[in-house]
Amino acid sequence: MTQQLILYPLLLQLFLAILLMFFWRKISAQRIISMIGSLIHLAVSIGVFAYIWNHGTQTVQAGDWEAPFGITFIADTFAATMVLLTSIAGLAVSIFSSGSVISDRLRFGYFPIFHFLLLGLTGAFLTGDIFNLYVWFEIIIISSFVLITIGGEKAQLEGAVKYFTLNFLASMIFLTAIAVLYGLTGSLNMADLAGKVAAVENRALVEIDAILFLIAFGIKSALFPLYFWLPASYHTPPSAVSAIFGGLLTKVGVYALIRVFTLIFVGDVLLDQILLVLAIFTLFSGALGALVQNNIRKVFSYLIICHIGYMIIGLGMFTEVAIAGAIFYLIHDILVKTNLFMMSGLIYRITGSNSMRALGGFYANYPKLSLLLFIPLFSLVGIPPLSGFWPKISLITAAFESESYWSLAAIIFASFITLVVISKLWAEVFWKDVQEIPARPKFRYFHKIRNIKRIQIVVPIVFLSLVSLYVGFGAEHIQILSARISSELMDSQQYIDAVLNSQKTQ
Amino acid sequence: MRTLILKTASNYLLPVLLVFSIFILLRGHYLPGGGFVGGLIAAIAFVLHAFANGLDNTKGLLRFHPGFLMPVGLGLAFFSGLTPVLFFDDPFMTGLWFPEPFPVIGSVGSALFFDIGVYLVVIGVTLTIIFTISESA
Repeated sequence: MTQQLILYPLLLQLFLAILLMFFWRKISAQRIISMIGSLIHLAVSIGVFAYIWNHGTQTVQAGDWEAPFGITFIADTFAATMVLLTSIAGLAVSIFSSGSVISDRLRFGYFPIFHFLLLGLTGAFLTGDIFNLYVWFEIIIISSFVLITIGGEKAQLEGAVKYFTLNFLASMIFLTAIAVLYGLTGSLNMADLAGKVAAVENRALVEIDAILFLIAFGIKSALFPLYFWLPASYHTPPSAVSAIFGGLLTKVGVYALIRVFTLIFVGDVLLDQILLVLAIFTLFSGALGALVQNNIRKVFSYLIICHIGYMIIGLGMFTEVAIAGAIFYLIHDILVKTNLFMMSGLIYRITGSNSMRALGGFYANYPKLSLLLFIPLFSLVGIPPLSGFWPKISLITAAFESESYWSLAAIIFASFITLVVISKLWAEVFWKDVQEIPARPKFRYFHKIRNIKRIQIVVPIVFLSLVSLYVGFGAEHIQILSARISSELMDSQQYIDAVLNSQKTQ
Repeated sequence: MRTLILKTASNYLLPVLLVFSIFILLRGHYLPGGGFVGGLIAAIAFVLHAFANGLDNTKGLLRFHPGFLMPVGLGLAFFSGLTPVLFFDDPFMTGLWFPEPFPVIGSVGSALFFDIGVYLVVIGVTLTIIFTISESA
């Protein structure tokens, strides 16, 4: 049974989604199943991670079809880490959803779809087959369409149209890129492709194909210049949905970018330059966008874009230190962004508003909560020793080593603007005098809802804050982890061997 | 729009189409066909019945909400993939076959149960969509 350990997170999510569909009308049962299931999923993911950490990369050939022909599932340290992070964010958002999402929305199958989304994410991280990756992306975007439109408010539908159009376009480009790749090499297995793409003589076509992949994943991970769907849509759904979107959906694009550009299209100088330039522009435009926004969730949406730049800049520099920095940033960012959107949901529940100008006096009224919210906010900025600080050291070191001073400037500029934005937010929302916000008669304010709901809203924020505190204070562990992932990514041979030669050694 | 001819015909066509859909489902392993097409044909049978006799009669015929078929089908497909993991320690989705072919049906393996799962999901999804649209129309 242990050889297939890496499939268990996947199978568990599928099982949960199906089980939840049987309880279509019974919302309270769905809440309990989702929370317990997510807890088990976390335990399983920790098990998988520990196993991979001790025993190295593991593969499963689905259907027992041999490697280049069948679909391979592979968990190296990177994939196992991402699965673990998915389960942490999934657990937090699952609890948060049952506290904060109103039952009119839950009645339309919120929880089953939520677990289908987590299934898609887990699958995308674990697959070793590029077409299978496409299929998982489809599962992710179909589920996310449902989640973003659930409830059917006018603003939601407007955001969903933008979200749908661009993501659909990205999927088509992704599919085209796969088709070209298959035409060139006759293979879809990523490990097999790594060798075959290097041997293709038509380098121009390979380069074009790589750029197609870059565009497809670039749209999905909200890279410059194709990011504008993100701030147009992420503030519209319930904050629980924004939390899982902001935490994980763009990151799966980043994961795919890192995977494809460290394994299949390697050693292309032009491509690395393009990645660097795009990352620098992403950092600038996201940071400047965040400066001018007033809605808290829109600020966070732009900060997502901005901070995607950090990961891509690490990939663009393509040294071991830089990629380690990018991975560390990815780990930190998933936790913090999920937490921030939940935090905006909490503020919204308490005050009925998300506008920075209208809010105020949070620190005076809710000192303990403010202290809690301080952690994710300033982790994001990277005040040492909180978690955002450490990956930037690696990135800045790498930028110095590769003498790429524009990247260095962009990294520092974006950090500075993030600091300005978060300080402004802190000053407006927490320190400013209490503002009179007109009370909304039918709104379920935080002080009106039952105690259990309040716990369900606050506990996930505490949980994620503790995890990101651990990332900050236990930075050494995460640094070791990122360094190991980075060295595995740079040395793609062990990945290829794990997939293609595993049968022969057994 | 109620016509006597369609109404009479649909009563005969419903069982015929259902049997045909099962034929297509079973045929699908090596020949064109399979769970998806079979499910669509079965759904069409009910849609035709609904056209001729009205939506309420078809719902009465089905007795349960077609959406219920979705989790059932998904569950069946899931367990057909999970069986090799649970009982034989083979990778997920490994094909398992009964050694002897059955009369009429032919060889039976886990792939058939996966296809039946697809069949049920397709019927469930199609009928749910069409019923919902015709209710609100």
